[in-house]
Amino acid sequence: MTATETRLVTARLRERPQDSWTMEGFLASGGYTALRQALGMDAATIGPEVVGPSGLRGRGGAGFPAATKWSFLPPDSFPRYLVVNGDEGEPSTFKDRMLVELDPHQLIEGIAIASYAIGCNQAFVYLRGEFALGYERLTQAIKDAHAGGFLGRDIQGSGFDLEIVVHRGAGAYICGEETALLESLEGERGMPRIRPPFPAIAGLYAKPTVVNNVETLSTLPHILQMGGAKYGELGVNKSTGTRIFSLSGHVKRPGNYEVELGITFRDLIESPELGGGVPDGRKVKFFIPGGASSQWLTGSDEHLDAPLDMDFVQQTYSVMLGSGAVMVYDETTNPVLVAWRLAKFFAHESCGKCTPCREGAGWVEKVLYRMSHGQGRPNDLDLLFDVGNSISPGVVNAPFTQTTICPLGPSVVSSVASLHRYFRDEVVEMCSNRSPSIPVRAS
Amino acid sequence: MNFNATNLARAHEIVAQYPHAKSAILPLAHLAQDQDGWLSPEAMREIAEIVGVTPAEVLGTCSFYTMFKRTPCGKYLVSVCTNVTCLVLGGPEILEHLQDRYATDPDVTVEEVECLAACGNAPSMQVNYEYHEHLNPDLAAAVVDDYKSGTLSARTISGGRA
Repeated sequence: MTATETRLVTARLRERPQDSWTMEGFLASGGYTALRQALGMDAATIGPEVVGPSGLRGRGGAGFPAATKWSFLPPDSFPRYLVVNGDEGEPSTFKDRMLVELDPHQLIEGIAIASYAIGCNQAFVYLRGEFALGYERLTQAIKDAHAGGFLGRDIQGSGFDLEIVVHRGAGAYICGEETALLESLEGERGMPRIRPPFPAIAGLYAKPTVVNNVETLSTLPHILQMGGAKYGELGVNKSTGTRIFSLSGHVKRPGNYEVELGITFRDLIESPELGGGVPDGRKVKFFIPGGASSQWLTGSDEHLDAPLDMDFVQQTYSVMLGSGAVMVYDETTNPVLVAWRLAKFFAHESCGKCTPCREGAGWVEKVLYRMSHGQGRPNDLDLLFDVGNSISPGVVNAPFTQTTICPLGPSVVSSVASLHRYFRDEVVEMCSNRSPSIPVRAS
Repeated sequence: MNFNATNLARAHEIVAQYPHAKSAILPLAHLAQDQDGWLSPEAMREIAEIVGVTPAEVLGTCSFYTMFKRTPCGKYLVSVCTNVTCLVLGGPEILEHLQDRYATDPDVTVEEVECLAACGNAPSMQVNYEYHEHLNPDLAAAVVDDYKSGTLSARTISGGRA
């Protein structure tokens, strides 16, 4: 059977490309009915009795069960805040941008449901600074929702109040890490905080705070409408429901595809209704299954036939589905060049707070630069290992040990571990044919 | 520089949205940059006054973020992605072409940026945070030229609308 999309969260934006982001388009396609439904329920039951049975796990990267996260809030501590993580910056992830630009009311509805469920009256959306159109659409949608009585005081006569502030970031990947995001929202440099205390206890302004991803919240209205148990029947094992995968690179049909979890990477990459396969009859050499921070998989049948199941791929191959970005590279790709560009990204985005990440990322980048530009040395992979071990002791054993406050440091060594695991011979061969010229470096 | 009357009123509205005024540093820096085309020391001093912190604290925050241009830049900020999807689909070639072509053009600042979340239509770039996708070097140059000639109307330097 050919794998196809299962559209819940993306249904409206695909079916109404002309007006999915407007109040008219939203209301005409069932918008805000889930919020009304939620407001008629006992707020305290929504987490444990609806979201819990749905099995919904965070769509930002870590995959933590959403209802469990909510349950960590201390019962009698107010005010409390909901903070929406819309700082999508993981390389090759582009689902949240789509959801904010094309269906902002769905996000607002999800925020309102979550806020009602956890008892908060003030939510903040931390939106990536570069999303200028998304910012315009979301702020307009919030104004329209106010006018329509879906935000503000006494929403739909329920007695529940909610305000949403959209806060633009300013170009720092690390602010997608939840505690760095909170620092940034408080007007500080975006540097992660040491936990504990966790945000649920002392988050924004040291108040109890839940941080949820854009896609996670955009899924809530559908869970309310379907019923938690019904949603939980979708998917596979503990990876329930649908997820949006951002497919890019060497595929005929790159783009965002919402699929039921449990289909295989081959389905996603090759199905004619999804990725459509690699162009020009070439084959997959390797792919990065969950954003830049994940280890890689190869074009082997075993890897391509692995299911999109968060726990299975973690336990079996030490990779993660992470943010849902799948980058595909064909046989013409030099894996060292890709590894170098990833290292350059992490070196640039390291916030500088922890020494192993700040210094280590720079060294990994420098060594990978010379390796990918004809100046590699035969023992360079071992040198990378030495540096990698200082960032994450036992570098090939994922999940990586952490010497840093946040996971950005360990992410630096994912590509090093992947080169070692799958391309060692190719890399050593490349590094034994050193070019006589000295590479000139622009910056 | 000082906020003009409209933006000063807007600045106070923004501050009032937050339980703590310091949270307004980022939005006020965007506002100042949209007004002036860059984030000047004077603007940071004024922001400090409005939110009630020292100018050093505002600088300390703003210097962390790449979107804040603390030296004057061109009217058109061209941000070209070369991250791992654009890397294999032609991003670096676009960057090189635009850097050469506009090397001496004071109106155009070309910068290399990290993933713009437009990988489905790679290679891509932004001009003042407006997306342009499915590019090649010639198409990218044509887009920049369209802004210069006024065929395309540009956002302000932090992605706002004048």
